[in-house]
Amino acid sequence: MSAPFRILWLQSGGCGGCSMSLLNAESPDLYNTLELAGIELLWHPSLSEASNEEFIALLERVVDGSQPLDALCLEGSVMRGPNGSGRFHVLAGTGRPMMDWIRDLSARARYTLAIGSCAAFGGITSGGDNPGEACGLQYDGSDKGGLLDGQWVSPDGLPAINVAGCPTHPGWVTDTLMQLALGELGTAELDEFNRPRSYTNHLVHHGCTRNEYYEFKASAELPSDQGCMMEHMGCLGTQAHADCNRRPWNGEGSCIRGGYACINCTAPGFEEPGHTFTETPKIAGIPIGLPTDMPKAWFIALASLSKAATPRRLRANAVADHIVVPPGAGKKPTLK
Amino acid sequence: MSDPKPTRRLIGPFNRVEGDLEVQIEIADGQVSAAWVNSPLYRGFEQILNGKDPRDALVVTPRICGICSVSQSVAAARALAQIEDVEMADNGRLATNLILACENLADHLSHFYLFFMPDFARAGYADKPWYSMIAERFTAQRGSASRELLPARAELLHTTGILAGKWPHSLALQPGGTTRAIESRERLRLQAIMLGLRRFLERTLFADRLEAVTALASQDELREWAEAHPDSDFGRFLMLADDLALHRLGRASDNFMSYGAYPTSENNSKPVFAIGTWQQGLAPLRTNAITEDISHSWMHAQRKPRHPFEGSTLPDADAEGAYSWCKAPRYDGDVMEVGALARQQVDGHPLIRELVAESGGNVRNRVIARLLEVARVLPVMEQWVQAMDIGKPFCNHGKLPEEAEGFGLVEAARGSLGHWIKVKHHRILNYQIVAPTTWNFSPRDEQDSPGALEQALAGTPIDGDGKDTVAIQHIVRSFDPCMVCTVH
Repeated sequence: MSAPFRILWLQSGGCGGCSMSLLNAESPDLYNTLELAGIELLWHPSLSEASNEEFIALLERVVDGSQPLDALCLEGSVMRGPNGSGRFHVLAGTGRPMMDWIRDLSARARYTLAIGSCAAFGGITSGGDNPGEACGLQYDGSDKGGLLDGQWVSPDGLPAINVAGCPTHPGWVTDTLMQLALGELGTAELDEFNRPRSYTNHLVHHGCTRNEYYEFKASAELPSDQGCMMEHMGCLGTQAHADCNRRPWNGEGSCIRGGYACINCTAPGFEEPGHTFTETPKIAGIPIGLPTDMPKAWFIALASLSKAATPRRLRANAVADHIVVPPGAGKKPTLK
Repeated sequence: MSDPKPTRRLIGPFNRVEGDLEVQIEIADGQVSAAWVNSPLYRGFEQILNGKDPRDALVVTPRICGICSVSQSVAAARALAQIEDVEMADNGRLATNLILACENLADHLSHFYLFFMPDFARAGYADKPWYSMIAERFTAQRGSASRELLPARAELLHTTGILAGKWPHSLALQPGGTTRAIESRERLRLQAIMLGLRRFLERTLFADRLEAVTALASQDELREWAEAHPDSDFGRFLMLADDLALHRLGRASDNFMSYGAYPTSENNSKPVFAIGTWQQGLAPLRTNAITEDISHSWMHAQRKPRHPFEGSTLPDADAEGAYSWCKAPRYDGDVMEVGALARQQVDGHPLIRELVAESGGNVRNRVIARLLEVARVLPVMEQWVQAMDIGKPFCNHGKLPEEAEGFGLVEAARGSLGHWIKVKHHRILNYQIVAPTTWNFSPRDEQDSPGALEQALAGTPIDGDGKDTVAIQHIVRSFDPCMVCTVH
């Protein structure tokens, strides 16, 4: 049997939500998924037995090279504050800022992964005036260079792999780990922000259950309305890189299916959109953010055309919280 | 054996708690003579919220915590509802209750199976007669129980996929209800999910009907039940709790508080679990008695304890006398313990009242209350699913005033969570969050009174050099701490 692919998972300036989401893995569940892929959790903060000095000894073994490590997974932002000291997160029991531990461990791991948008780019923890001086592993927002400099590559030649999302879908994490374990992940499999293309080659818009409302620009106006949320409700699904509506969450969910806007949580800087999350900013009544790759003039022309053609059914259902006019209502059934 | 010179020892990081935790203990005469609890991570959510549109709190605050995410959303939504003066749609209230209860039950089960029980499978217990059975069942990652739990937990969380889009970090929870009006077929799915969880609980955790567990009304009945159900995971816990005398471990102040859980009507006159405090007796909750003290926190700009509406959060890593990023919440100056045990004590469940009267708040009683609560909540969830009126509204809509203040209280799995918000010019002027583990794991206050965990650790028997910290780990984890909420 070949050696297992060993993972060390650490948390810093985050909420632990990516770990909680990872536990939602299904078909098969997390433990079976990892086991079948030959992946071993050397240590995980929520799942391992080892605590206190047993764990610190493990970290020291990784740093001195006596414990081989295939992948370091960091969840949560790197806390650099106050004033660059890292004292906002000192790893318990060690008296040493977590950012120093992360730097040392990433020099040893064959690959380093940022799990979630906090670890990738800074994320929600870097919101507002960024009181914690939070940043990502290799990005500070959309700028290259975080804790690790922009040119950094791991011992096996990859930059920090940004499995971004707030939280991450369990499948995004397990797919990426499986690709690494199989040796099937190279720079060609990463996008412009070093996110795995396995999920960022898609837009959240793909598979959106509100597609017909989008086509006819039949828009939701209030929370719980069924219409398209792009025009008024702040939805960024046509711009967000992720496969949330092709690969649903918790069974059959997604943000949009749950009735609220996609806030583009896989993107650097999503935490500060410059306006209220749930309201679409507009100029002269036209949304500022247009669908990805769509020429503006065409979008406006098509939107006004489709608005004029909106069927009564969609116009009514878009501003209701349940179907008030079912498809084909009022028509005589035809036999062909 | 008596050691004349007290020694100090630093313990951390604790895993299988949410977030980072460090405890310093002083050992004298073979026991812990004093403890200092440090929450070593500061992120600054209250600062991040300042100046934002109040509605953005619904995006930002759930991201304080990935395990209490819905609780944070509900607290924020309730604070905004107070400001907007909006009433929840009936279906929205049922959906909110279901989403919150789903998170709370998932957390209780994760705590028992993934965080708490694996410590009894440690090699240090290898000489116990029950060891091989417990190790087979509960060893971290490899035990048979976690293999059964993970699929059951994931299926329970499908509740959120249907009602809230996803978990954690949903935006479905709004001041006037929820954003997802479900259809009849989705209500059938919810019914199936509830029955699926019931089956898991009645086969695995209890090996008995939930109603038989919630009917246990005294210590004697509990003892008889444990003897009759040795093959249930609850029965296994009761057996080893008895053997290890876990009721003598980790007693804190025995002051309990609950904000009340799961409103059943708009004015919340009778929530499923009652609102109140318990200090040798029941009393109504007075939220104006809540203050936060920063005398031992790495904070500045506040001399005296303040009510959260007047609170401030300005970190100062060099604050004199400080040893934690956590503030010290107090109720009329008193240390309060919050969580499932507090909820059930305040609510007056006869078994819990008797256990607390007998041995107070301790490791065993905290775990019993949590599992009892699982058995009590699921049948109510089944009723909420039934009560949903498909086709009727799920969300009412309010309007934010330019200037206002409001607060939202909720019971998270691990206890009382409150958000206090002040709005001016349509912007957040001040946002203060007091989380359950802020209460339980607070540092000392200006009177030098230790927080609940600090009290609970004092008196813990420990060997000479304090190398074996397993008793301390049982005590720490019995609170089901959430460190990311604690400081936020």
